[in-house]
Amino acid sequence: MLDNWLFIGIFVAIAAVFPLLPIVLARFLAPYKPNFIKQDTYECGMETVGDSWVQFKVQYYVYALVFLIFDVETVFLYPWAVAFDVLPLFAVLEGVLFILILVGGLLYAWRKGALEWS
Amino acid sequence: MTPIQGVFLITAAAILWSAYMVVTRDNLIHSALYLIITLFGVAVLFVLLEAGFLAVVQVLVYIGAIAILMIFAVMLTRGDVDKLEQVSIANSGFVAMISILFFSTLILLMGQWPAFSSTAPELEAGRDTVVELGTALVSPKGYVIPFEVASVLLLAALIGALYVARPQGKGK
Amino acid sequence: MTFWDDPIALIGQWIVDLMVQLNLPTNLIVFISTLVGVIVVASFGLIAVIFLIWLERKVAARFQDRLGPNRAGPYGLLQTLADIIKLITKEDITPAKADKIAFNIAPVLSVVAVLLIWAVIPFAPGWIGTDINVGVLYIAAVGSFGIVSVLMAGWSSNNKYALLGAFRAVAQLISYEVPMLITLLIPVLLARTMGMMGIVEAQSTWFVLLAPLPAFLFLLSSIAEIGRTPFDLLEAESEIVAGFHTEYTGMKFGLFFAGEFLHAFTVGVLTAIFFFGGWRGPFLDQLPWLGVFYLMAKALLGYFIVMWVRSTLPRIRIDHMLAFNWKFLTPLSLALLIVTAILDKAFEGSGSHTIALFAGNVLIFLVSLVALRQVSRRQQAARKPFKKRKVAKAPAAGKAS
Repeated sequence: MLDNWLFIGIFVAIAAVFPLLPIVLARFLAPYKPNFIKQDTYECGMETVGDSWVQFKVQYYVYALVFLIFDVETVFLYPWAVAFDVLPLFAVLEGVLFILILVGGLLYAWRKGALEWS
Repeated sequence: MTPIQGVFLITAAAILWSAYMVVTRDNLIHSALYLIITLFGVAVLFVLLEAGFLAVVQVLVYIGAIAILMIFAVMLTRGDVDKLEQVSIANSGFVAMISILFFSTLILLMGQWPAFSSTAPELEAGRDTVVELGTALVSPKGYVIPFEVASVLLLAALIGALYVARPQGKGK
Repeated sequence: MTFWDDPIALIGQWIVDLMVQLNLPTNLIVFISTLVGVIVVASFGLIAVIFLIWLERKVAARFQDRLGPNRAGPYGLLQTLADIIKLITKEDITPAKADKIAFNIAPVLSVVAVLLIWAVIPFAPGWIGTDINVGVLYIAAVGSFGIVSVLMAGWSSNNKYALLGAFRAVAQLISYEVPMLITLLIPVLLARTMGMMGIVEAQSTWFVLLAPLPAFLFLLSSIAEIGRTPFDLLEAESEIVAGFHTEYTGMKFGLFFAGEFLHAFTVGVLTAIFFFGGWRGPFLDQLPWLGVFYLMAKALLGYFIVMWVRSTLPRIRIDHMLAFNWKFLTPLSLALLIVTAILDKAFEGSGSHTIALFAGNVLIFLVSLVALRQVSRRQQAARKPFKKRKVAKAPAAGKAS
């Protein structure tokens, strides 16, 4: 079984090399004349105004949070789905109960306005 | 030394190095990126233990959700803009001695455990661990109660986190 | 076995025999044969990109009633090569205060994330890079590397528009990953395995007949995952400049670009595998390697649908997009999962299995249509009626100005 993962390991290494080839090639073939104007930050063609930070809305954090909860829930459901052949109907209903509890969570988030873009 | 041992040593070294970088960088986003390398190293360790499911879950949940959540949290609390001052620990020699003592005590104690220096038994080829995990999760003689309690725990975590992150001042 | 039965296995065996003759240690033989397999699969993906970019431009052009590239080479086939040469020779500008390491790693990571999916794609019976038993979750996991690369690209550019674009991109990507994971659970459930070869082998009836609505939802959330119209708010030029890759020039931008096209084609391939039977088709007993052509045909059909949608629909605003995901797609996919699970267990092994599952999907489709109708009626009733106001009148025709 580890041979399968060896393939993936080598694949990661080769897949990292393939995009590097054009970049290395570009290093030789492309001009490299940095000057202050070219390296300036792009702001619709004007000089930058203000600091380079962004007012971070809490909403992004809330979306990441809800995603995390549903991600973990789905990960629990994958072994349940794979074992479907050997599970009695009662075990299937247990999985459905698991899903329904978290549907309740989604409903709570919906009603509390956590899913609005504000 | 077998190739697996070699891979393990390289991975362990990478994990330790990136964990050290996580705690010593003064740019928090760099710490988060080194944390991603550490988590990926742990996933490789899971693969070496023939727990492929846990490895992909580690990448999917830890790197795909938790690391991103941490980066968002850093940016939310303006941690990326204000550079942390280099914290110097008072009595650092004394602290280092205590840590080494603690670590060696742990190793000595674990050495008493007979399974510490024996190799794990080989998993028979063709044994499908994911099916066994799925059956164990929902069988009444298995872990069905922790399974359902886990969903309640996730629900509680969701509600708690939404309560903490609610917009200030707005009505509920 | 003759050459036409299984050419890949024959070539692989020949390479291994060659190395055994050279008396190499076993571990090295395994390593080198795996390396050769990796290079073959990775090259397939990359060469496909070159063809796909040309195909995309031609099809998009035809949808817009024009010809598309037709100067570089016959029918414009060398256009992509010309573009690559152009991008390589463009100067590579790194913004002044950008974080150099993250800035350089992000495009590479983005392409790596897409290429890694090709390791588990089953091309034909017996032809697969590697058949790990958790293939489906592996695909979702490498998708998360793509998300990290977007965040790295946006943050390291030291440009507030790039950062803002990256936040929005990540919010969209992680939101649409939830219905994608849930609808991916349905083929896994129907095939009782997470291995990709197992899912194709279990499709004696294509899963699109057993689960049409999840197939549609998977296609929809995958289109959002790859950032295509109607979900391409992140890179549309009239929006936040070019989003998270504003500050990238030359080949690094080219890598993002190529990664996106490869991802779009990979989505077509995945839809074909999970729902349309993968390499299944007629005459596979005599010539197993025909499976590659069947898979590519189905994948190109899926890719064509993605391009068709892109050329037809307008862009969706980000708050509508996220509301659509969390308030419609996620509950719908969870409901579909519950219904599929219960019906599959209830009708296991019986003859009306297909009909029952299909009917379950139709039922949920009708219920959701009714629910949407109620919601839209309520929204229309809540809209304020349009008040007629006095319209300015032009002076009478006789009067001279």
